[in-house]
Amino acid sequence: MKTRIILAVTVAESVAGNLALGHGMKLVGDLSKLPPLRMAVASVAALFNPWVALGVVLLIAWFLTYTTALSWADLSYVVPTTAIGYVITAILSYFLLHETLSPARWAGTVLIAAGVVLVARTDVTTTPCEVTSAAAETAVQLGHVAAEEGGAS
Amino acid sequence: MTWLLVALVVGSTAIGEVAITRGMKQTGEIDDFRPGAWLRSLGRAFSNPWLMLGVGGMTVAFFSFLILVSHEDLSFSVPATAATVVAQTLGARFILRERVGVARWAGTLLVAAGVLLLRAA
Repeated sequence: MKTRIILAVTVAESVAGNLALGHGMKLVGDLSKLPPLRMAVASVAALFNPWVALGVVLLIAWFLTYTTALSWADLSYVVPTTAIGYVITAILSYFLLHETLSPARWAGTVLIAAGVVLVARTDVTTTPCEVTSAAAETAVQLGHVAAEEGGAS
Repeated sequence: MTWLLVALVVGSTAIGEVAITRGMKQTGEIDDFRPGAWLRSLGRAFSNPWLMLGVGGMTVAFFSFLILVSHEDLSFSVPATAATVVAQTLGARFILRERVGVARWAGTLLVAAGVLLLRAA
């Protein structure tokens, strides 16, 4: 349950972050034709566009929650399941931005959704947590110390 | 040049995320989500050498992707993302020793195929 919630938040952050960045950069204009120095200056200036700034904040939040999820979940679980973001982006661009989706795109969307369902049904964690065993050793050592102190007194 | 950049994007993303996963598994499961405690746990995690390597890998991946898309069409560049999904799962299986069963492999390959279709179109 904890995993489902954090991965849902992660996906929402990346989808919203990419939409905000994309929208903001369209307002800022095409930077790719500028000479290198002006491109660098214009990229930094773009950060002051509110949409770009929102996108950057959302992508930082994405990175922090993604990293948090990896503190217990398998990488081979998190990577395929968060691909549901592609499906959500496709649906949003169809309904909100009225972009047309080709049959190949719909097929791709369906394949990704099927893949996500398959992976989501597997175990979230399949590797032992190293800290748990380290903590267990510490607990055992503390137990010894406590026992020795108990014996001494 | 192009294929070197594709290899750099796929390789550095996979190495970066494998390193982040190892670092976070060493730091331990985060289960206190009050903002202060959560940020303190993350702050502790970011001093882990694996996590630093991971952030380095993600940074290389980000900039090499930027250079790639400035060189090539997005419809060529993004299928690199599909290869990344497979590379990450290979790393998770053989470096992190995660148990990737038939269902997880099948799902991962479906996702990779879907990303290819989505972007090739």
